[in-house]
Amino acid sequence: MSDTTDTPATVDDDAADPAGTAGRTERWTPGRIGSFALLAIGAVVFLFPFWYMVVGSLQTEPNTTVAGAFPSPGNLTFANYADIDSRVDLVQTLINSSIFTGGVIVLTLVLGLLAGYALAVLDFRGRGAVFTIVLLSLVLPFQLLMIPLYVLLVRTYGLADSYLGMILPFAVNATAVFIFRQFFRSLPEEMFEAARIDGASELQILTRIAMPMAKPAILTAVLVTFIGPWNEFLWPFLITKDQSMQPLAVALANYITNIAGRAANPFGAILAGATVLALPAVALFLAFQRHFLSTDVGSGFKG
Amino acid sequence: MTTADAATGGTDTRRPWWRRVFGKHPIGYLFAGPYVLFWLALFAWPLYLAVYMSFRDWFFAAPGAVVDRPFVGLANYTDVLSDPAVHRAALNVAIFILINVPLTVIVSLVLAAALNQVLPLRGFFRTAYYVPYVTASVAMIAVWLFLFSNGGMVNQVLGPLAPDPSWLVNRYWAMPMIALFATWKQLGFYVLLYLAAMQGISETLYEAAEVDGAGPLRKFWSVTVPGVRSATALVVVLATIVGANFFTEPYLLTGGGGPNGASVSPVLLMYRAGIEQGDAGWAAALGVMLAVVVMALSAVNRFFLEDRE
Repeated sequence: MSDTTDTPATVDDDAADPAGTAGRTERWTPGRIGSFALLAIGAVVFLFPFWYMVVGSLQTEPNTTVAGAFPSPGNLTFANYADIDSRVDLVQTLINSSIFTGGVIVLTLVLGLLAGYALAVLDFRGRGAVFTIVLLSLVLPFQLLMIPLYVLLVRTYGLADSYLGMILPFAVNATAVFIFRQFFRSLPEEMFEAARIDGASELQILTRIAMPMAKPAILTAVLVTFIGPWNEFLWPFLITKDQSMQPLAVALANYITNIAGRAANPFGAILAGATVLALPAVALFLAFQRHFLSTDVGSGFKG
Repeated sequence: MTTADAATGGTDTRRPWWRRVFGKHPIGYLFAGPYVLFWLALFAWPLYLAVYMSFRDWFFAAPGAVVDRPFVGLANYTDVLSDPAVHRAALNVAIFILINVPLTVIVSLVLAAALNQVLPLRGFFRTAYYVPYVTASVAMIAVWLFLFSNGGMVNQVLGPLAPDPSWLVNRYWAMPMIALFATWKQLGFYVLLYLAAMQGISETLYEAAEVDGAGPLRKFWSVTVPGVRSATALVVVLATIVGANFFTEPYLLTGGGGPNGASVSPVLLMYRAGIEQGDAGWAAALGVMLAVVVMALSAVNRFFLEDRE
C-alpha cells in the first residue's frame, strides 16, 4: 500500500497536544488550507458571542457598532457587575447554584457507582432488567415528566422553594451509570475474584479497589453531571418562586424577562450576570477538557 | 457465569439454592437498589401519573384537600388536538427539526472531518467548538438578545438589509432564529461525537480509496460518511429529541413564544396550561402525545439509519 499519505489519520485524543504531528510532513496542500480556513471561521462563529458577552459586560455605554466588539479604554467599567449584584444577589444565587449542583453530583455519584458496579461486576438475576431501566431513563425526555413531577414534589410533598426539590429529579442520571459500568467492565475479572478470595466484601472491593482506579471515570462523571444542573433553567424555574432560593440561571432569566427595562444599562447588567453564570462551567471545561468526552454519552447509547 | 464459577473452584458439589435463584451475587440487589428506588419514585411513578392525569379533569388543589378529579376519557386529548396554539407549536417543532437536524449533521460532519487531520491549532479549535455547549443557555441567550435586538450589532452591520421588525420579534424569523441558536449551541457536542467515530475508521480504507484514485472529496463521501453512519443515527435521534423539547429559547429569546405565538413550543404550552393556569390534565395529555411522537421518530430514524447496511 502507499506509504506516504496525508489522509485523515488516527489522531491522538489529547486536545492540548496533537502528538500525531511528530514525524509527519506537514505540506500545505489546498485541501489542508481549505480545512484550516473552515475551522478558523468556525472558531470565530463559536467564540465570538462568548467574547462579545465579556466585552459587553464591561461597557459603560452599550456600543452596538462593530467597534463595540472590541474593548475601548474610555468605555470600560465594572459597574455592570455591581448593578446586576444589586438586583440579583450574586452571592446568594451562586450559593444556591452550588448547593443544587453539588447535591446532584453527590447523589449521582453514589447511585451511579453502586449501580454501575452492580451492572458491570455483580452477577444477579434481574441484572438485565436493571439495565433496561437505566436505558429507559435515557430515552424518555424529562419534559414529559415535568407536570407530574411538579404535582408530586411541589403539591404532594411540599418541596417548592427547597434544595431537595431541585435536586431529586436529577438523581436518576443514566449517563453516570453508563460511565461507571463501562469503566468497571474494563477492569480484569480476576482482580475482583482475588479480592473476594482474600475475604473482601463487595462494598470494600468497590470503595477500596475499584473506586481508586476509577478516578478518571469519576472525574468525567462529575464534569458531565456538573453542566446539567449548573446550566439548568426549566426545573428550578418551575419550583422556585422565592428569589433567595433561586439558582443564578433562574434569577438571571427572571431579571431578563421582568425588570431589565428599569436598569440604566440593561444589557450591560444582563451580560455581566451572564458572564458570572458562564465562567465556572467554562473554567472547569478548560481545566479538565480531556475528561469531557462526548463519546461517553455515545457509548452509553450503544449500551 | 459459568466461567466465573469455574474460577472460584469447580469442585463445589452443589451450589446453594439461593445462588440458583438469585444468581452468584445477590448483594447486587442492594447495589442496584438505590438507583432502582429513585427510578421508581422519580421516573416510573411520574410516568404513570402523567398518563393517569391525562385522562382526568385534573386541577390543582390545596395540599391534603380531597377533591374529585373525574375521569374524562379522551377529552383532554381532543382538546389538545383541536387547539390552534398546539397546531402552531407542532408546526414550530417541524420547522425546528427541519432546520436543526440537517444543519447539525452537515456542519458537524464537515467540521469533524476537517478536525480529523494533522493541522496546527487543532486542540484550540476543538475546545472553541465545545465552549457554547458547556455554557448555560440563559447566558448565551443573553448575548443573542444583545446581538439580534433592534439596534443590535447584527442589524448595525446589515444596515438597510436588516429585517423589519427585527429578528426575534419578526413572525417569520423568530422560529428559525430559535432553531439556529439551538444548532449553534449544541454543535460542538456533535462535532466531538463525529470526531470520535471518525477515529474509529480504519486507515486502510482511506489507503485503499487512494489506490483507487480517490481525491479528498471522494474519500470524504465514500469512506468517512458511511464510516460514521451509526454516529449519524445517534446525532439525528438526539437532535430530534432536543427539537421536540425546547423551552428556554422561546421563553427567553423570543419573549414567551412571541411574536403573537409565532414561536411557541409544546413544552412552553405545557408550562402555561399545566402550571400557570392549573389545567394539569390538558398539559399531561400534550406531554404524553409529545413523548409518543418523539419516541416514534427516534425509532424510525434508528431503523432507517442503522439497518440499511
